[in-house]
Amino acid sequence: MRGRMLRNHAFRALPALVAASSLLLAWEIYCRASGISETTLPAPSQVLLQAWLNREALWANTVPTLRATLLGFSLSLVLAFLLSMAIDFSALMRRALFPIFIASQTLPLVAIAPLVVLWFGFGLLPKILLVALVTFFPMLVALAEGYASTENEVEDLLASMGASRWKRFLLARLPSALPYFFAGLRISITYAVVAAIFAEYAGAAKGLGIYMLNAKNNFRPDLVLAAVLVSSLLTLLLFSATWAVQRLAAPWIDSTSGRRP
Amino acid sequence: MTEPLLRLDRISLSYSEIDVLQDISLDVLPGEFVSILGPSGAGKSTIFKLLTGAANAGSGEIQFAGKPLIATDRPFAFMPQRDALMPWRRIIDNTTLGLQVQGMRRKEARKRVAPLFKEFGLGGFEQHYPQALSGGMRQRAALLRTVVQDRPVLLLDEPFGALDALTRNQMQIWLEAMWLKHRWTIILITHDVREAVMLSDRIHLLSPRPARVERTIAVPLPRARFSHPTARAEAAAIETSILDFLLSPQIREPEGLLP
Repeated sequence: MRGRMLRNHAFRALPALVAASSLLLAWEIYCRASGISETTLPAPSQVLLQAWLNREALWANTVPTLRATLLGFSLSLVLAFLLSMAIDFSALMRRALFPIFIASQTLPLVAIAPLVVLWFGFGLLPKILLVALVTFFPMLVALAEGYASTENEVEDLLASMGASRWKRFLLARLPSALPYFFAGLRISITYAVVAAIFAEYAGAAKGLGIYMLNAKNNFRPDLVLAAVLVSSLLTLLLFSATWAVQRLAAPWIDSTSGRRP
Repeated sequence: MTEPLLRLDRISLSYSEIDVLQDISLDVLPGEFVSILGPSGAGKSTIFKLLTGAANAGSGEIQFAGKPLIATDRPFAFMPQRDALMPWRRIIDNTTLGLQVQGMRRKEARKRVAPLFKEFGLGGFEQHYPQALSGGMRQRAALLRTVVQDRPVLLLDEPFGALDALTRNQMQIWLEAMWLKHRWTIILITHDVREAVMLSDRIHLLSPRPARVERTIAVPLPRARFSHPTARAEAAAIETSILDFLLSPQIREPEGLLP
């Protein structure tokens, strides 16, 4: 059974693998055949080789980025939870706060990131704030819509049992929001790494963002791409982690289709 | 004569200028199985909303055990139309929901419901999630959740409406057997005439909106009706007369259209 399942997965991944390999192969052939300069477009093999040779420097710069991502994302989760509850319990809060949340999404990161660095320095704090700024809104919307998805009959039932508004929230609205929460988590975790790198790009002592900037300034696109490879792997890792957390925390969600049972 | 446990006295209610209930008067005796039968959209569920405190009557009075009903006393356990089982709770924790809302600890509540699982045909499914259960089992779990709240009156709102015909029949047979054993006071909302006749001691027939009690029909058939040699045939006759009445023009046509 298990063997067949694994083979099935491998079979389903086959088209994607073939497509990606073909692209990389075409890229490699073009680089070798055209004789294009390595400082303009390095071949994939060159990128992989350099990633391996510079693995220690890459790792040393991955750790701060990962730290900023996780701390910023945690801050965003805490804020999203607290504020989503505030707007769920109070229509006044919803009317007061929601426009501000939406406005926060209209700020161009390109302009805001250098300012945040200017205000809060080159340390960890501006990165945390920028990651939180980028990931907060999707999480808030996911939670708010999740609460609203609670079935009326479940709420009526709890009301008939004499449950208070707070108990209705804990027993029905919050669990109803979990599938939405995990969907939002998967969307915003992919923004989180990019946001951290962007914050570092605007100014940092260490991190993948500043590593990319330095490599670019030293005419080493191979190292830029090596860092890009690492950041992609990081995002994929965090993305998979959300599935693992979901399976542990909410095993009742039908994870194969993503829909609610 | 027994005093009614519950009495609705000339209850009227309108939502945004639409009359939903008009002078509804009906009563329920202790230990009685009463049905409220009426067409879809007649306002049957609204009567339950009044009882559970989810809506307030415009006029009229509800009396429970001889005194005006105080909503916070909550003498009713309510079973909504669809089972409303929570997909994130195991079956055992779904059935203890009402006890938990009342403030009972989870462990204690589980201990209280566990012995009832077998009787409700749910033995061995305590730790399953509702998604894994058939429609009939889900309804039985929902009924167990209703019963363990230990309230004087059970309010069942079209409990078998979503089931396939065969399962619905099995559930009716099972419910009658359970009621014969426990003698709960039950108010059943249904639009299924046969279901009302086979299960009830009395049927309150509602008109289309605005709902009035058109008629109260006693069903003095022997129990258990589904296995009784003559009860089914007699039930069929009562069913026909109710259908004739419901389909007669003065009931079907809205007021004012007929001379």
